[in-house]
Amino acid sequence: MEHIAIIGNGIAGVTAARHIRKLSDKKITIISGETDHFFSRTALMYIYMGHMKYEHTKPYEDWFWEKNRIELKKAWVSKVTPEENKLTFATGETMHYDQLIIATGSKPNKFGWPGQDLKGVQGLYSKQDLDLLEENAPNNKICKRAVIVGGGLIGIELAEMLSTRKIPVTFLVREKDFWGNVLPEPNAKLINNHIKEHHIDLRLGVNLKEILSDANGRARAVIISETGEEIPCDLVGLTAGVNPNIDFLKDSGIELGRGVKVNRFLETNFENVFALGDCAEHQEPTGERRSVEAVWYTGRMMGEVVAQTICGNKTAYKPGHWFNSAKFFDIEYQTYGWVFPQPREGENHFHWQHPDGKKCITINFNSQSRKFLGINTFGIRMRHEVFDRWLSEERTFDEVLENLEQAHFDPEFYKRYEKDIKQKYKTEHKINA
Amino acid sequence: MAHNISATGDTTYTLSLQQKLATLLGFAGLFILALATFNMSFPNKTFWLTLSLGAICTGIVWFGVNQYQNKTAGIKNDGIQFKSLTSRGFLAWMLGIFLTGLYIVLYFYPQYLGLTAQGESNTGLVALFDPLSKLLSGNPASQWFVYGTFYTIAVVFFGIKFIYKYRHNHYQRLRTFSVMFFQLGFAFLIPEFMSRLNSDTFSLPYYDLKNIWPLNHYNFEQYRVDEFISAGNIGIALLIFGVASIFIITPILTYKYGKRWYCSWVCGCGGLAETAGDSFRHLSDKRLVAWKIERWVVHSVVVFVVVMTTAVIYSYLGDASKGYWLTRNTFLIGVAVLLTSVFAGVMIFKRNEFKKDAKYGAMGYLAIILVLIGLHYFQGSQLFLFETETLRSTYGFLIGSIFAGVIGTGFYPIFGNRVWCRMGCPMAAILGFQQRLFSKFRITTNGGQCISCGNCSTYCEMGIDVRAYAQKGENIIRSSCVGCGICAAVCPRGVLKLENDSMKGRINPNEILLGNDVDLMKLVNEK
Ligand SMILES: Cc1cc2nc3c(=O)[nH]c(=O)nc-3n(C[C@H](O)[C@H](O)[C@H](O)COP(=O)(O)OP(=O)(O)OC[C@H]3O[C@@H](n4cnc5c(N)ncnc54)[C@H](O)[C@@H]3O)c2cc1C
Ligand code: SF4
Ligand code: SF4
Repeated sequence: MEHIAIIGNGIAGVTAARHIRKLSDKKITIISGETDHFFSRTALMYIYMGHMKYEHTKPYEDWFWEKNRIELKKAWVSKVTPEENKLTFATGETMHYDQLIIATGSKPNKFGWPGQDLKGVQGLYSKQDLDLLEENAPNNKICKRAVIVGGGLIGIELAEMLSTRKIPVTFLVREKDFWGNVLPEPNAKLINNHIKEHHIDLRLGVNLKEILSDANGRARAVIISETGEEIPCDLVGLTAGVNPNIDFLKDSGIELGRGVKVNRFLETNFENVFALGDCAEHQEPTGERRSVEAVWYTGRMMGEVVAQTICGNKTAYKPGHWFNSAKFFDIEYQTYGWVFPQPREGENHFHWQHPDGKKCITINFNSQSRKFLGINTFGIRMRHEVFDRWLSEERTFDEVLENLEQAHFDPEFYKRYEKDIKQKYKTEHKINA
Repeated sequence: MAHNISATGDTTYTLSLQQKLATLLGFAGLFILALATFNMSFPNKTFWLTLSLGAICTGIVWFGVNQYQNKTAGIKNDGIQFKSLTSRGFLAWMLGIFLTGLYIVLYFYPQYLGLTAQGESNTGLVALFDPLSKLLSGNPASQWFVYGTFYTIAVVFFGIKFIYKYRHNHYQRLRTFSVMFFQLGFAFLIPEFMSRLNSDTFSLPYYDLKNIWPLNHYNFEQYRVDEFISAGNIGIALLIFGVASIFIITPILTYKYGKRWYCSWVCGCGGLAETAGDSFRHLSDKRLVAWKIERWVVHSVVVFVVVMTTAVIYSYLGDASKGYWLTRNTFLIGVAVLLTSVFAGVMIFKRNEFKKDAKYGAMGYLAIILVLIGLHYFQGSQLFLFETETLRSTYGFLIGSIFAGVIGTGFYPIFGNRVWCRMGCPMAAILGFQQRLFSKFRITTNGGQCISCGNCSTYCEMGIDVRAYAQKGENIIRSSCVGCGICAAVCPRGVLKLENDSMKGRINPNEILLGNDVDLMKLVNEK
């Protein structure tokens, strides 16, 4: 029987395994050194905050794997020898495969800061990182202040986590606004304010110069490049993005760039080796999508696609319209289509914000054709299906604005804002209703 | 991962000073009641009762509001899994044992609370409540009055806490106002006022109007029906209302809104679970095996309650001197015809949805029909070997007291707040059956936005694995869903929405979710 080995039990690897099982009877082994079972990485923060236990983050009960004849192996792969279809584990043990799926995810970025490997300095990616955090920052007696470096999605999650344990947080953001390289300024400003509302010491437009050590090799303070200011702390959270976790493949002969290089069929330079999820680097990214896509649902989609290919129905990875979501403390964010921080050539942003400073939307459209390009929505839930259809049908901005009610997804009895939003546009453009 | 909070001297989740004071205040109120229970006699009962209840109510609200007032509005389940009380720790067991003990005393040893034989005046705790009871109904208190008062206090004051906790969520606020209103008005005040109407020549049975059969399994007992009938127009109206609420009002509302209109907006058991029980909702068992057990247990209860009620009514019908126009055989045939048409209707129109459960449905149906034949055959007050009245009192004891009270509520801190609603309530099962097959209600999943984090499943008090559906992009249409809306509230990605929409396309099993290549989605979802 053909043996499919999958390195990585994250969403990408597990989705591939599940779909291969649905489509075939092949032998499947999932290998991971991180945990025995698949869990949801996106829920790490909720474990630390006490909303959930680790058990709750597992999307499948433990009997699921055996029942579906998916073998699990807890080990680190240290070497891949594609010429021999062979994996070597850190223990020295080896395993033969017929087809290999590499889905090893990411690891936190470290930019060579002095002191970045000291004790008390860590990223937040794995279950091990979470356990480490529990040691480094169990409460505000042991961790009197934390400094977070890097204003992205994981950084703000870490800030929220620590603040639930009443640990004072200084948050260093390189851009002039939080997530300013992704969000249009008014959106980012709204989040800036919301972060400050949670008593986070938000420092915008600053870089980390170095991390200072105490006598025991523990971080004791950081220094800021721009001002030279020294901020004493017991924890330094490095959350300046992630990069593909592929160091163990260096000498394998598998072609690597930033990630494992793959074509549209998620194939590497070896016929029977595939890569997906965070660790894959697409040589021909779809549309405006990035070559390395480190989000949950793309990992899932790549898993669905590769399963088709492996089971004889060769299928290219062709993701539909871009979408994503996140939550910044209390404010939920969703995006459909493309909204860039600055309108590009020929594009226009329409912006609406509620006076309470917790809800806003930004719509991006083509100023000439008025084609609708994308929407950012904060504090208001919108319907994925509707925006996906509007994007496919190439609706105009005006049609979208007119029919915004159809995309409403907030819970029942919530106040509606469509009228205000339309009114704002009309007033702005002096249209008489 | 060790969360040995006390060992590290962690104060993150300890009580604030205000919370300590609030606890002290609440306990002071309870202390007065404890003194009364041990027969300390208070000179001015009205004063001490007011003082005690006032302290308890203030304590609850103060404590609850203080927990959230320094936080921004939003989902703040911080530390729930660490705190002893809410994570099956020592405090949880203490509270569980205390509540269970209370229920046992209440149901089986009310004399310890000061209840005395008819005609004598109350002592102890019950006596302390006499002034309030006299004010409302004109009668002295009973242990049930004491219980009802506590129950109402719990729903109303923990309700205030709940509303404050979810102050950003209008759905949660409204439905909590609703359960508070129904508990205070319909379950507590109106029945008390109704009994004021009673005199030597006129008497209405105690009737909580929102309590619908089979929840009030005793509603059609002979003594009640007799009382209804003899009370003239009002009585007949109430009796008709009782029947109409089962066969007309309930199906219409459930069709339009799902069973939530009752379970999360009206019902008293649900009301207590949602308010006082809110801190325990994550303790429900989500395993598949729990779901299997749930379905067996709750549906057996339904079969039993139908059989029992039929038998009870049957046993007193047909006695011409009683003046019931309905005869035994007409009644039996009526029940059989009704059940057969429901069963046949489901089999004909809803075969596909019902597929997997058809076998069990058929078994339940058959069991009831057999019993009906049995009843006809024995022609008496016996159902096979059992006295029907024994059957009913056994049901009342096992299901009404032990299950709903002792286990259902007493064990909130251990099994979660809706064990009864999920495993034992026949009303919920019947509404749920309809919700699954003939209702516009569903929880819509927002395309491909789910990140499988598990918040929804964790906080579903009915133990529904919401994530299992959401991560497949599938709508949630589960008979047990009480529509509390908490899954949608805690979801950090705005994935879930409770809504009423057309029946068409309500069930949408997907293999591949929105966001993927359109061709692939079509290909895979086709078969
Ligand atoms: C805190 C946090 C929050 C996030 N929130 C969101 C969010 O809200 N929305 C969103 O879209 N995305 C989010 N992400 C990103 C998302 O989690 C990732 O994109 C996704 O988990 C990637 O899945 P994957 O299957 O590619 O890899 P992973 O989930 O990283 O799985 C790879 C597995 O392979 C194992 N592995 C690696 N190398 C080896 C080896 N040599 N031998 C054996 N095992 C190995 C790893 O230990 C890991 O268990 C978040 C990430 C983090 C860290
Ligand atoms: S539906 Fe929401 S809460 Fe549930 S798993 Fe998905 S993202 Fe998490
Ligand atoms: S599925 Fe959601 S709405 Fe239904 S009972 Fe569970 S938490 Fe409540």
